[in-house]
Amino acid sequence: MEKYSLLSLFRHAGRHHENWSRAWRDPAPREAYDTVIVGGGGHGLATAYYLAKEHGVTDVAVIEKGYLGGGNTGRNTTIVRSNYLRDEAARLYDFSLKLWEGLSRELNFNVMFSPRGVMNLGHTLQEMRDIERRVNANRLNGIDGEVLTTAQAQKRVPLLNCSPNSRYPVLGASWQPRGGIARHDAVAWGFARAADAYGIDLLQQTEVTGIRCDDGTVTGVETSRGFIGARKVACVTAGNSGVLAGMAGLRLPIESRPLQALVSEPLKPCLDTVVMSNAVHCYISQADKGDLVVGAGVDGYNGYGQRGSFHVIEHTLAAVCDLFPAFSRVRMNRQWGGIVDICPDACPVIGKTPVEGLYFNCGWGTGGFKATPGSGYVFADTLANERPHPLVEPFALDRFASGALIDEHGAAGVAH
Amino acid sequence: MLHIRCPYCREMRSEEEFSNAGEAHIRRPPDPAALSDAEWGDYLHFRKNPRGPHREVWVHTAGCRRYFNVLRDTVSYEILDVYPAGVPDPDAPEETTP
Repeated sequence: MEKYSLLSLFRHAGRHHENWSRAWRDPAPREAYDTVIVGGGGHGLATAYYLAKEHGVTDVAVIEKGYLGGGNTGRNTTIVRSNYLRDEAARLYDFSLKLWEGLSRELNFNVMFSPRGVMNLGHTLQEMRDIERRVNANRLNGIDGEVLTTAQAQKRVPLLNCSPNSRYPVLGASWQPRGGIARHDAVAWGFARAADAYGIDLLQQTEVTGIRCDDGTVTGVETSRGFIGARKVACVTAGNSGVLAGMAGLRLPIESRPLQALVSEPLKPCLDTVVMSNAVHCYISQADKGDLVVGAGVDGYNGYGQRGSFHVIEHTLAAVCDLFPAFSRVRMNRQWGGIVDICPDACPVIGKTPVEGLYFNCGWGTGGFKATPGSGYVFADTLANERPHPLVEPFALDRFASGALIDEHGAAGVAH
Repeated sequence: MLHIRCPYCREMRSEEEFSNAGEAHIRRPPDPAALSDAEWGDYLHFRKNPRGPHREVWVHTAGCRRYFNVLRDTVSYEILDVYPAGVPDPDAPEETTP
């Protein structure tokens, strides 16, 4: 792997940037691998990278039906935070946030992680009580958090409409300074390049069409490029997890729904933090190139079409205009949907399945991007040692039989 | 934007008038106490979530407020069938019909 540095930039500039090496290879699939990871998004690529780096497992292929990072990794609103209420979720997401903080250096790839703070607004008395409870819970878990008054929120975000006369007045907010945003494509590319450097094969344009099992043990995957044998198969396929599980004869407690986001035309810097609101449902930040990135709600019904209902956009933009009257004349540039995999408790399912050698990492629902490095790290550990990483023990599939759900639905910073 | 024909109002209305209530034809086990934890968990939480035709329950929230079933393709979003609540699952094997 060619190391990216100021020196390499100067060297290539002298040669008119014509000789940069490819960031990763485009290999032909081998007959068999030790581990096959299905899904070449951020979580899958991070899993591959940490398998090689932390556990020395390099006989790995990542199989992606489209292109790397073309699913939910490239379709989210890039928000990174860890202010979750429940202990289990808070530990997992904060572990991930700590990895984010050193990720660019670790991958030698600028993921543009920008800890610009995340603000969750409260609009009712009950919401303010919930915010105080959540911030206190966060601090007990060693996660930074503050409760802001309306005046403090206004001072941090001058464009925010804090008028007491608005339909849903801002009564205060929670504030996590370590939260922020990152560049989603760069995260996929950085992990892909680093995994490729360890000799891991990234197989794009390769669709898994079946999972082959023999006597309750997985033996490999059927793909559009032929059968690929594997001792372990790890599915990290977000919205399509249910389809993959069906190939192995399993069911998952997951429903797939479109979640939309949209970006505006580029503006001059006007919003230097992330603002989220549960009550009116919107979350908004400004990307480094100036676009406002707006997250909309999830559709009210199952769907695999990567678009989403039109009236959801109207609802979200009404909320944006109410909170930021100055944005009312901003033109929106693009809109898209990603298929999110939602569990009844809005928490992920990570670990073994009843099929020996088949692992799932799914159910991240509407909040998976922030977990990318942490999810990859703990899932790689789970795969390599064939037992759950201590942080993911509570997230096993059997919680839906035992009833030990992690009730994070609606308790997290923003509505799931 | 879906347009759904309510089988009671007999009118084609926009999806904003309706609410989705999840997978249709999930039968409550007749004797919950006899089930294992895994079977009960399966009833509560596990869903078909198909990529393709899906039978689901809708409510005409802003209309007659009655429940009905819809067969909808989850990829193309085409509505293939609409029928009132209480109609037995057309996909179910014969002997399970009460």
